[in-house]
Amino acid sequence: MRERIRKLRKQSITAKPHISPERAILITEFYESEIANPVSIPVKRALAFKHVLENKKICINDWELIVGERGSAPKETSTYPEICCHTLEDLKVLDSRKKIPYAVDEATKKAYKERIIPFWKDRSIRDTIFSRMSDEWKAAYEAGVFTEFLEQRAPGHTALDDKIYKKGLIDFKKDITRQIQDLDFLNDTDAHNKEEELKAMEIATDALIHFAERHADLAGRLAKKEDNIKRRRELEKIADVCTHVPAHAPRNFWEALQHYWFIHLGVIIELNPWDAFNPGRLDQHLYPFYEKGLADGTLTKERARELLQAFWIKFNNQPAPPKVGVTAEESCTYTDFALINTGGVKADGSDGSNELSYLILDVVEETRLTQPSSMVQISKKTPDRFLKRAVEIIRTGFGQPSVFNTDEIIQELLRQGKLVEDARNGGASGCVETGAFGKESYILTGYFNMPKVLEITLNNGLDTRTGKKIGLETGDPAEFCSFDGLFEAFKKQLDYFIDVKIKGNNVIERLYAELLPVPFLSLLISDCIAKGKDYNDGGARYNTNYIQGVGLATTTDSLTAVKYNVFDKKHATMKELLEILEADFEGRENLRQRLLNKTPKYGNDEDYADQVMKAIFEAYFGAIDGKPNTKGGHYRINLLPTTVHIYFGKVVGATPDGRKAGEPLSEGVSPVQGADRKGPTAVVKSVAKIDHVKTGGTLLNQKFTPQLLADETGIDKLAQLIRAFFKLDGHHIQFNVVSSGMLRDAQKYPERYRDLIVRVAGYSDYFVDLGVDLQNEIIKRTEQSVF
Amino acid sequence: MCPSDALSIAGKQMTVKEILEEIEKDRAFYEESGGGVTFSGGEPLVQPDFLNALLNECKERDIHTTIDTCGFAQYKIISRIRDRVDLFLYDIKTMDNQKHRKYTGASNEPILKNLKKLAEGGSSIVISFPIIPSINDDDENVTRTAKFISSLPNIQQVNLLPYHRAGIEKYKNLGKPYKLGKIQPPSNQRIKSVKEKMEAFGLRVGIGGG
Repeated sequence: MRERIRKLRKQSITAKPHISPERAILITEFYESEIANPVSIPVKRALAFKHVLENKKICINDWELIVGERGSAPKETSTYPEICCHTLEDLKVLDSRKKIPYAVDEATKKAYKERIIPFWKDRSIRDTIFSRMSDEWKAAYEAGVFTEFLEQRAPGHTALDDKIYKKGLIDFKKDITRQIQDLDFLNDTDAHNKEEELKAMEIATDALIHFAERHADLAGRLAKKEDNIKRRRELEKIADVCTHVPAHAPRNFWEALQHYWFIHLGVIIELNPWDAFNPGRLDQHLYPFYEKGLADGTLTKERARELLQAFWIKFNNQPAPPKVGVTAEESCTYTDFALINTGGVKADGSDGSNELSYLILDVVEETRLTQPSSMVQISKKTPDRFLKRAVEIIRTGFGQPSVFNTDEIIQELLRQGKLVEDARNGGASGCVETGAFGKESYILTGYFNMPKVLEITLNNGLDTRTGKKIGLETGDPAEFCSFDGLFEAFKKQLDYFIDVKIKGNNVIERLYAELLPVPFLSLLISDCIAKGKDYNDGGARYNTNYIQGVGLATTTDSLTAVKYNVFDKKHATMKELLEILEADFEGRENLRQRLLNKTPKYGNDEDYADQVMKAIFEAYFGAIDGKPNTKGGHYRINLLPTTVHIYFGKVVGATPDGRKAGEPLSEGVSPVQGADRKGPTAVVKSVAKIDHVKTGGTLLNQKFTPQLLADETGIDKLAQLIRAFFKLDGHHIQFNVVSSGMLRDAQKYPERYRDLIVRVAGYSDYFVDLGVDLQNEIIKRTEQSVF
Repeated sequence: MCPSDALSIAGKQMTVKEILEEIEKDRAFYEESGGGVTFSGGEPLVQPDFLNALLNECKERDIHTTIDTCGFAQYKIISRIRDRVDLFLYDIKTMDNQKHRKYTGASNEPILKNLKKLAEGGSSIVISFPIIPSINDDDENVTRTAKFISSLPNIQQVNLLPYHRAGIEKYKNLGKPYKLGKIQPPSNQRIKSVKEKMEAFGLRVGIGGG
């Protein structure tokens, strides 16, 4: 790694995240002065965007090649009071919490107290959302049946396709002008709205071009003052690059990266869309520039590496916008989930991996940053060399890259009715979410707590935690005389809560369409310009909404435990079981152990439990898939938790699988922590029984110790495990290579780590089954192999 | 029965059909890795009829078969199954018959004879050689072993299995005395030296894989 990158990386890693009030102040200033100005809302939003970009502080850091920050400096984090406005209490929590703090200085607090809070109180979209939700919605939300994604961040989860590398913003502007000229005010009753939206897009393009010009000016000024000749030349070059892009299509590799970066900044300054923003299939987009540069001698592989590393660091400079309210204490990550895709297939279905894909993997390994995140798309056409290179990096133990099945992603998109080329050009963004990049608005609307719904079913509609009746009265469970009766009741509750969630979503979606359009993001996503419609209002070619199911395995093991112990083996009556759950197994450890150890569990390739899982999956799918949203698209499902399984676990009492009250739920589609005891192949087989093609993404986590992957054979075996899972139509798998700290924790809490496999000698075994001396020896070995 | 799994019964009675169901579950992985089933033990050759039935079913289903054996059996048992075994993992512990008797309770003569016949009959074989310091790692035994193996056809590889102490826990659980208590695992240097000695005979030698 060159000295320059080492310095920039160090700056990025050591800079302390701060709250930057700059954007909030500029937005407030704009709205205060413009409040009486009778322009349309889209135009107003574009003018607000312009106001921020014209007035925000810009910086070019020492020795940078790719320039531009969202805040006024690296890790200076913007806030978005028009979506949710932090209170002084929130700022205090952010400043003082031990984990993931954001420093807040006195000037920021003052600005919030005197200006930002007084203006935005009761005006933010979050306040509006809560004021418009029904009592049923509020009761379910407060009980923890679901979360609401759009109360703190704007609709997002969007990745870009290759169009920006072929067109500059001036070209987009021409498309917009033509579209305005073609509006038919006689026959199209929506023409006026379209014109306003298109005018807003036009303003937004000019705003970003001007923002880049400001950087060009600054670079020019810095060049004049620079004594170091090498750096002076670089600054002159930066000035040249920023004059050309994003106004015009990039001419070379450097310009392509800077072009994307300005556009990225535009999107995340306009609003705070979920999961940052994502260049998508970066190896595909940049390859023409890479190839051309190498061929005509204007680029070397090492220069490309350095530019990519510099680009990577820019992502790491932008921590996720911090949450407000109760979630401020719980939301524990700076990561904003920009997920860079490599590999996969091209639009014609041929293998997409190229030399740049490998170079990007090198950059992932060398920069070793949590942001951006990276993934590999593996199709059956992907060479083993690429997969193995990815596994080599996975082995180094920072959870990247995650591994995706391209063939499955394509099938999922096709099932949703997308064109085959759009599907092949797609991928996964955020954690695991499938999308047609550059053409789809796919909005995650909230997590859904499946075990909570089971708990409510087992209590005939009552939330035992709050004592409130929040569900349907589906009958006293002690009266059910068959498992099917119980399952029917569960399905009714599931349908009910999903409907409550969707009714709420339909209101929230309209609020964003009407109050917070995003003209800048819209011009980047096909076919918003052609339709004259905003991204938040159905302008995209495809408009999909997701509700993310959480706790599939906990629900499965719980229902399986009831089926097995109450109805089949009659070890306990339903009434007894319910009493035991209410007492959180107090005094009934014997039965709890039976539930934990002598009851079938999902994740062991045994049909008894896996069939229950399939029934739950189908019920969840049936409750959601195909329901219309307000943008001409449909609801779909996916199964991923991020970290919400911790929060959801806190609001769910003891469950019939032996889980105590308040403990975390299972995550993604992974088995309950420690319930899988037959090794990774059995896990993969159980997980593959999910009909992944009916989802828009599922998440499977597996844990390994470094020794298991120590040699070439280990890498081959992991690659084969991945191939086999994908042959069985799995969607995604990621690997945690465990630390010695985790192993120590496993010694303390063996029940949480039943599934952890370690390499012992010439063989592997379950860690918790080993004697304490051997465990200690393995901990020692793991410590030695940590980087 | 103990609900907390603090006491457990290792192993259970299973039919050929039940075992095949388990084997079939991992078909996707065999096909991806080129792997298959390994019959080990204990000693699979002590259940010849059962083994024979399983091998028939595996071959019917085109599943790769491996037998992990100490080779101590009547040759007619080996002869009966050999055409349906894709690979033998075959142990040689020591060439010194006296020592072999002392530590295993049996002569190594039938073991070595069986191996020779098996190799000459065309079966594919990987030799497992445990390195147990002070018992079989002396230069003389290593050389004799290598010399014998290199005189045989169809030997794919020799795997060295360095002695480890992971079994102590198992003996403790079984309530049995562990008789090799004082022996320490061989040093990396010692393992390397055994490897080099064997390679000098033209053998392909790997470490681990047992």
